[in-house]
Amino acid sequence: MLLIHCPYCDETLPEPEFAYAGEAHIDRPADPQQLSDEEWRDFLFIRTNAKGPHYERWRHINGCARFFNAVRDTVSDKFLTTYKAGEARPDLAKLLEGQK
Amino acid sequence: MRNFNAFTLAREALRGHKGWGKQWRSPEPKKSYDVIIIGAGGHGLGTAYYLAKEHGITNVAVLEKGWLGGGNTGRNTTIIRSNYLYDESAGLYDHSVKLWETLSEELNYNVMFSQRGVMMLAHNVHDVQSAQRHIHANRLNGVDNEWLTPQQAKDYCPPLSISKSARYPVMGAALQRRGGVARHDAVAWGFARQASAMGVDIIQNCEVISIDRAPSGEVTGVQTTKGPIGAKKVGVVAAGHTSVLMEMAGVRMPLESYPLQALVSEPVKPVFPCVVMSNAVHAYISQSDKGELVIGAGTDSYLSYSQTGSMHILQHTLDAIIELYPMFSRMKMLRTWGGIVDVTPDRSPILAKTPVPNLYVNCGWGTGGFKATPGSANVFAHTIARDEPHKINAGFTLERFRTGRLIDEAAAAAVAH
Ligand SMILES: Cc1cc2nc3c(=O)[nH]c(=O)nc-3n(C[C@H](O)[C@H](O)[C@H](O)COP(=O)(O)OP(=O)(O)OC[C@H]3O[C@@H](n4cnc5c(N)ncnc54)[C@H](O)[C@@H]3O)c2cc1C
Ligand SMILES: [Zn+2]
Repeated sequence: MLLIHCPYCDETLPEPEFAYAGEAHIDRPADPQQLSDEEWRDFLFIRTNAKGPHYERWRHINGCARFFNAVRDTVSDKFLTTYKAGEARPDLAKLLEGQK
Repeated sequence: MRNFNAFTLAREALRGHKGWGKQWRSPEPKKSYDVIIIGAGGHGLGTAYYLAKEHGITNVAVLEKGWLGGGNTGRNTTIIRSNYLYDESAGLYDHSVKLWETLSEELNYNVMFSQRGVMMLAHNVHDVQSAQRHIHANRLNGVDNEWLTPQQAKDYCPPLSISKSARYPVMGAALQRRGGVARHDAVAWGFARQASAMGVDIIQNCEVISIDRAPSGEVTGVQTTKGPIGAKKVGVVAAGHTSVLMEMAGVRMPLESYPLQALVSEPVKPVFPCVVMSNAVHAYISQSDKGELVIGAGTDSYLSYSQTGSMHILQHTLDAIIELYPMFSRMKMLRTWGGIVDVTPDRSPILAKTPVPNLYVNCGWGTGGFKATPGSANVFAHTIARDEPHKINAGFTLERFRTGRLIDEAAAAAVAH
């Protein structure tokens, strides 16, 4: 079971308190009318599916109920960090340095 | 290769089974091949077999980063059925069930296909309606599927509790009598043995680390942990690792890889005559020929390549198993494990050409591709050999995620194995 740090509650809690919510930093199209079929495909269906560090969303569904973002290594399942929604992508090189 | 028959069996029995020998060759890779298949699971090995058998293409290598059949092929709960909702799916999965029916004879290898029936339980009004819709759709497609009352379901599977006060009451079930199980390893081994005998090189411990392309874009070969290998055509059949491999050729995929877990109990005498699935509570169960209860869970919620999952998923499944089959409440579980399944947005596979010339992909089987092994391999070999899909897999393209012509078994079944 994963232990997950909610950046709002500032607590590390067991996975059943949370819901996974897919890849992070996929922006809704600003002008949906202008999107081509390729762009719709990419927005709706294409995913990075990274093996290694992965930017993803979680929701503290059985707690504060807020969405937040995380970087997790999908090989070890270890979280590198979690951060509030709306914050910029953390710098991966720095995070990996911190792991050493 | 020596054929298995009653005579060879008797002879080996008399001399202590010392003369069986290796069932496939383990050659060093050649400089180049007509076709390279990446991934020696059942689908990849089967593809090589049908390329050789039906299309006369024998200059083929199957490259495997680990050991043959060590991916999802060797990790699954072996449920086989074809009662899918949509016409395309019924066509593909039933093609496979028909091949299963004669596969042991075809391969001269006992894949232990056992048509003991697959029963899918309905626990609420929505389940009942969805099951009946499936039954009608299946019948129109010539796929057997029938409705059972709770009592009929219990007669078919005596350990099942149909108590009205159960937490997951059984309101009926859909039964596909032609469904069943097969021996997972045997399928991989049987295809490997015949493919190897026809000249296919199966190269284990050989990980593909990049895919080579000519300046004009087409695939020309692969780089591996055993060095470069040239190829006129490359087929990616790598299940949970498909996104990683396709990225090497610059193609981003509509896939996400999730852990899916299963577990087995201690072996007991025959108690469970069929396969029972419950989509609503994510529990499915059958009994292996060794006597173990083989129990499958739902996927974990998060993307992962770790081949393990979270304990609470298994616990949820066992909660449901004990409710449905109270007689198992004191069974001991022996082993649990996980595999990484590649899930598409519409829960249907992709068996197709790709935007890159000479590169083909067979993936997206998610939680339910074991049943499709011979059918998928058969039409994928056709797709590679002819550079165009067989009519059975014509709809299972990558393009459908652009055109919107999805084969939305996800919405139809919520979860499926
Ligand atoms: C727990 C569990 C239960 C399941 N239950 C069922 C069920 O009851 N019924 C059903 O129909 N399906 C079931 N499935 C799904 C089924 O197992 C798969 O869909 C099917 O086995 C996929 O076969 P495959 O040959 O495509 O993949 P695999 O058998 O996974 O083969 C892919 C191979 O590619 C290799 N590979 C990956 N990357 C590389 C690389 N870079 N270089 C070389 N080789 C590479 C891997 O090592 C692997 O051996 C289940 C799956 C799991 C995990
Ligand atoms: Zn919180």
